[in-house]
Amino acid sequence: MIQFSHVFKSYPKGGFALKDATLHVAKGEFVFLTGHSGAGKSTMLRLMYAEQRPSAGDVQVSGFSIAGLHKKEVPKLRRRLGIVFQDFRLLEDRTAEENVAFALEVTGARRDLIPGRVQRVLTQVGLAGKASARPTELSGGEQQRVAIARALVNDPAIFLADEPTGNLDERATRGVFQLLRDINAGGTCVVMATHDLDLVRQTSYRTVELREGGIVYDSGQDDGRSAEPQ
Amino acid sequence: MRLVTREALLSFRRAPLLSSLSVTTIAFSLFVVGLFGLVAINLRQALRTVEERVEVVAYLLRGTPAEALATASEDIAAFPEVQSVDYVSADQALERARTSLVEFRDIYRDLQVNPLPASLEIGLKEGFRDAEHVQAVAERLKAYQFVEDVRYGRDWIERLDRVRNVAGLVVAVIGLAFAVVAVVIIGTTIRMTVLQRAREISIMRLVGAGDWFIRGPFLLEGALKGLLGGALAILLCYLGYLLFRGQENSTFTGLVFFRPFQLVMIGFFGVLLGLGASLISVGRHLRNV
Repeated sequence: MIQFSHVFKSYPKGGFALKDATLHVAKGEFVFLTGHSGAGKSTMLRLMYAEQRPSAGDVQVSGFSIAGLHKKEVPKLRRRLGIVFQDFRLLEDRTAEENVAFALEVTGARRDLIPGRVQRVLTQVGLAGKASARPTELSGGEQQRVAIARALVNDPAIFLADEPTGNLDERATRGVFQLLRDINAGGTCVVMATHDLDLVRQTSYRTVELREGGIVYDSGQDDGRSAEPQ
Repeated sequence: MRLVTREALLSFRRAPLLSSLSVTTIAFSLFVVGLFGLVAINLRQALRTVEERVEVVAYLLRGTPAEALATASEDIAAFPEVQSVDYVSADQALERARTSLVEFRDIYRDLQVNPLPASLEIGLKEGFRDAEHVQAVAERLKAYQFVEDVRYGRDWIERLDRVRNVAGLVVAVIGLAFAVVAVVIIGTTIRMTVLQRAREISIMRLVGAGDWFIRGPFLLEGALKGLLGGALAILLCYLGYLLFRGQENSTFTGLVFFRPFQLVMIGFFGVLLGLGASLISVGRHLRNV
């Protein structure tokens, strides 16, 4: 599903955001990316949705090779992904419903199918009753749920979450995390970057730890300790 | 298409201040260009009125046979430059002289013999009323045996030529400069809308919108703003035109306004400006993010 092969990503001003990262994520897997700020978590995610390109090596995502991906192919890749962020990235002047529908409209979905699908995902994230609320009228947790609904509405094969609970209180965090687990239980591959170790310890999901751009620990590796080839 | 229209209209509703600001900017830019155009067409109109007086007069030898004259007239009328050929008999010439040259009325009245020759007055078609063509026609007329002399006010036609050339150049240069300034200003206002909606664009890209899907609403918005700005500019120009025209006893009474075709062209120009400016601004933004 996702394959990093000796990926380097250099900063324009020198230094590396990612150093020789090699990682394989299988279909249906749930993977935590952990590490301090600046460790390379977000860089890995950005490479996955082709916001950035590797400086060396290659990243394969759902059959797309990111290194050589043509600009025109990027939207096609993103339609197979669901992406959520710490800051939700909702359109403030549209209702929850319109925010979700927007993701379908841009892909050219049939108009008559849109309301049903929007309703379905809003129900799935528990916001059916707040479809016509604007983001400013919703709590942080609810806004993130709208963002998750928007990411889900295209039935993505891979779900990428960059610190999705970073701005949420404990209760909202639990709710959002449970949603991601449910999504994963439905067969969708989930990659979640977080520095919330409590969350990581709660479950036995695979954990990949990054430090200064390198993968220093991968619980999914056979030796169970280090992913770095010695 | 419906989605693009909806998004474009939505942007008007969401940022009414910025939208009206860009429409006003486009309107004023086009107003300046339009006003200048108005000056240009009025200048041309004035020149045309003067030009209409360009004619070549061929004075005929006394006793020219009528048949020869008739054939020659037909010949001359068939010259590509010639619009009209009028025969003025000696008697008609005398009559004209009596009425127009009042100071010499007495002299003409006492004449026993008509001293004035008959002539052919040749009017030229538009586009041939410059020194070069006038002279060419004059040369050909001189070749007729019965033509005694050809007159055409060489000096003032040459002066007219110079005025025409200078006016044309000035209009072209200043008009172009104004148009360039308009493009820059419009580009800047559209860029402001693009920047204002940078977040929205990034979200669109995130959910997999293609570049043309993102561009669409901006292009339509730009075109609409251009059209509105063009319409407003026409209105302003018309008000300016009325203002000048309304002054009594002024030199501006003969002013003309744009013809319908020219009005459509202004609107079209506005749309083109709006579209072009949007395309450049959005294109640059999409390349940078």
